[in-house]
Amino acid sequence: MKFDTIIIGGGLSGLVTGISLAEAGQKCLIISAGQSALHFFSGSFELYGCDGAPLESIAALDATHPYSKLGVEQIGRLAEQVPQFFERMNITLRGSALRNHYRLTPLGVLKPAWLTMDEYVRVESADQMPWSRVAICDIAGFLDFQPDFLASGLAGRGVESKVVTISLPELERLRNNPTEMRATNIAKVLSDDVLVRLAQKINDACGDVDAVLMPTVVGLLEGSAVEQLRRMVDRPVQFVATMPPSVPGIRTQITLRKRFQELGGVYMLGDTAKSGTFDGDRLTSIRTANHGAVEFEADNFVLASGSFFSHGIVASPEHIYEPTLGLDVDAAGERSEWYERNLFKAQPYMTFGVSTDSDFRVRKEGQTLSNVYAVGAVLSGCNPIKEGCGAGVAILTSMHVAHTILK
Amino acid sequence: MKKQYNTNYDQSFEQCVKCTVCTVYCPVAAVNPDYPGPKQAGPDLERYRLKNPRFYDDTLDLCLNCKRCEVACPSNVRIGDIILSARLKYSTKRPKLREYMLANTDVMGSMATTFAPLVNTSLSLSPVKKVMDRVLAIDHHRTMPSYSSQKFETWYKRHARAEQESFARGVSYFHGCYVNYNHPKQGQDLVKVLNAIGYGVHLLQKEKCCGVALISNKMKAQARRQAEVNMTSIRESVAAGRPVLTTSSTCTFTMRDEYPHVLGIDNSDVREQIVLATKFIFEAVDAGRVKLAFREDYRKRIAYHTPCHMEKLGWSIYSTSLLRMIPGVEFVMLDSQCCGIAGTYGFKRENYSYSQKIGEPLFRQIKSLGVDLVATDCETCKWQIEMSAGVTVENPISILADALDVEQTMKLNK
Ligand SMILES: Cc1cc2nc3c(=O)[nH]c(=O)nc-3n(C[C@H](O)[C@H](O)[C@H](O)COP(=O)(O)OP(=O)(O)OC[C@H]3O[C@@H](n4cnc5c(N)ncnc54)[C@H](O)[C@@H]3O)c2cc1C
Ligand code: SF4
Ligand code: SF4
Repeated sequence: MKFDTIIIGGGLSGLVTGISLAEAGQKCLIISAGQSALHFFSGSFELYGCDGAPLESIAALDATHPYSKLGVEQIGRLAEQVPQFFERMNITLRGSALRNHYRLTPLGVLKPAWLTMDEYVRVESADQMPWSRVAICDIAGFLDFQPDFLASGLAGRGVESKVVTISLPELERLRNNPTEMRATNIAKVLSDDVLVRLAQKINDACGDVDAVLMPTVVGLLEGSAVEQLRRMVDRPVQFVATMPPSVPGIRTQITLRKRFQELGGVYMLGDTAKSGTFDGDRLTSIRTANHGAVEFEADNFVLASGSFFSHGIVASPEHIYEPTLGLDVDAAGERSEWYERNLFKAQPYMTFGVSTDSDFRVRKEGQTLSNVYAVGAVLSGCNPIKEGCGAGVAILTSMHVAHTILK
Repeated sequence: MKKQYNTNYDQSFEQCVKCTVCTVYCPVAAVNPDYPGPKQAGPDLERYRLKNPRFYDDTLDLCLNCKRCEVACPSNVRIGDIILSARLKYSTKRPKLREYMLANTDVMGSMATTFAPLVNTSLSLSPVKKVMDRVLAIDHHRTMPSYSSQKFETWYKRHARAEQESFARGVSYFHGCYVNYNHPKQGQDLVKVLNAIGYGVHLLQKEKCCGVALISNKMKAQARRQAEVNMTSIRESVAAGRPVLTTSSTCTFTMRDEYPHVLGIDNSDVREQIVLATKFIFEAVDAGRVKLAFREDYRKRIAYHTPCHMEKLGWSIYSTSLLRMIPGVEFVMLDSQCCGIAGTYGFKRENYSYSQKIGEPLFRQIKSLGVDLVATDCETCKWQIEMSAGVTVENPISILADALDVEQTMKLNK
């Protein structure tokens, strides 16, 4: 079966690559072994986790960092296109690459962020909170959101809050099985008339506050439930992330996939790319677990298979490797060098990943492959957790590689 | 990790990273809070069950065995297999008369085809349905599948077998119970299409029900016996150079994956030769070995529904690619979600309302699209969607048979 481009991995990177190529008319296939890191999404994309101007910190990174391969100018150019890219699928993101704002963690801590989904709390300046009095609206029996932590975090920043616990008969039924009382299952219940009653309860209980803060338990399949709730509650409603699974992250995953498929893309979930056939410095086709001897051919291939969590990179007791195509990886040699004993310091293994040239072309046994690129978390040279650069690297390298392929 | 085929003990639960992604996609957990959900019912409790079987819990019967949790899991945990194997191993509930009736699709089918007109009328009478509901706990809201008065096998022997030897190339057809007893036309359509592209269609030496309903109703010993019969016939066919084609995603999935994973039957020598007919035909067309010509007057707006086991196989691309090849088809892809019936599950009274609730978003989407037909590769999805969304549902092979210009196609493949 023949495609213009085949993408291995269907998370944020794979989908941004696929949509960018399909928007330009390419016939693309995405193969994804399982669901992605978007299921843990905080509601904010991070470019670089610093106060002030992220591009300034990025300019100081060393040459092996994916951002250094893109260059600050290209990052600025691409970053500007990102909000429109998502707006085309009705995902509204607010923020700018010129200056970070802050997101509010479930523990009430402020963290630098680049783009935050419209429904979430967004704080422009760390020394000035946007409200003086808020209501924190909790769902009875829901364990993945701890309003007291949030309240004490806010108190430390001079915001007074009162915690309001809401229960509805439909949600009480979910409590029969506390382990399944997750944000996503609550969101499946909160629609139509249940949503109307939720809004009434919030209005009755919250009183005179500047804003109502809620865990993200609304709007799993489409954003309209979020809009409805905001309209019906007479105070501004803003959302705070819960423990995973993340409702807006899943909605983003579903929305991106839908967009890709509407553009004619083929998305195969639950299948694993297993091996490739090479001709000199070119990859000509791959095989997958579900399709046996069928060869999936393409002019170009993009590896968007994520890091350790998604098995894009794997650690055995002896070595670190890329399991799908056997590509070269950048990793420290000895196992003792993989970890830093002090858990609070940057972990060296977090920067391990696939080795690429300045155009993100991968290497196999020292040779650069001319039609295989790597994007996102599978790349070496960055530490998304420590640096706060996960989504930035995923989105920007994907857009960049799509441009390269289309050239 | 090496696959261990001859044991039912699946160690993949060790890979679980507790991310709860599986739970998000479980259709049962979404509508029934009594169900512990895949993570809990699968990898979490498996640890305890291995220590002490008393940790087994009858709510595991609520699992549909749809495997959507497995498709979503980022760590390749065989969650559905773990749950199903636990049911077979630890459940102390004995199957009742209802389970025997629902599970023995071929025995019931043989009886019913003999008296088809009688059975069809009586199954559709509301007093009969009420009695079935009360005595057997088969929900009376359900439209019962109707039975054909002539089995597919009988039709084949009388009207098709003789010509099949005249083709240079041949395949075997595992028709399954549904084609044999309820809908022989689907099998006739397959013969028509394959003959047109130059393949003779043969039956297996001996075919038994694939056993999917026996497995889900916990009749493992009988399922194994039937599976062994099928495996012998499949091996014979493959040895004679004939791959085994099917028109049901569930029979296919059961024979390819449930045999080794759940029944402990090694099929690795012939597994690749058990394929859905749409995959077989698409590959032949894609490789240029076969050409298709379509009628010019065929015009239909068709939506494709991905059955759960098709999602797990990952093969909807073959059926949908074939449908998209038909010039007169305006194709719509439905969101991949469970229709709620899951074989015999939705027939049981205690499951009926959940079954309909699970399928509701799918029915709503279908009703909103105004299509002429829904295409799908599973017979129980067909019953469920026809009953609940009020639209005709056809197997892609039947659509192909209808849209094909047979004479022209024959000429192209001479
Ligand atoms: C728990 C967690 C939370 C995070 N939260 C945030 C956040 O809130 N904000 C932020 O900016 N960044 C966050 N990040 C950083 C994150 O890495 C990036 O934001 C981004 O989501 C990475 O996307 P990706 O597509 O590169 O990789 P992934 O999302 O990991 O996707 C890789 C995909 O490839 C598939 N795959 C792997 N191998 C194969 C194969 N052989 N064949 C087929 N498919 C394969 C996997 O199944 C997976 O679906 C988080 C990371 C993690 C791990
Ligand atoms: S999705 Fe897989 S890894 Fe995650 S909790 Fe479920 S079984 Fe475990
Ligand atoms: S097989 Fe289906 S019903 Fe059973 S746990 Fe998995 S997702 Fe749920």
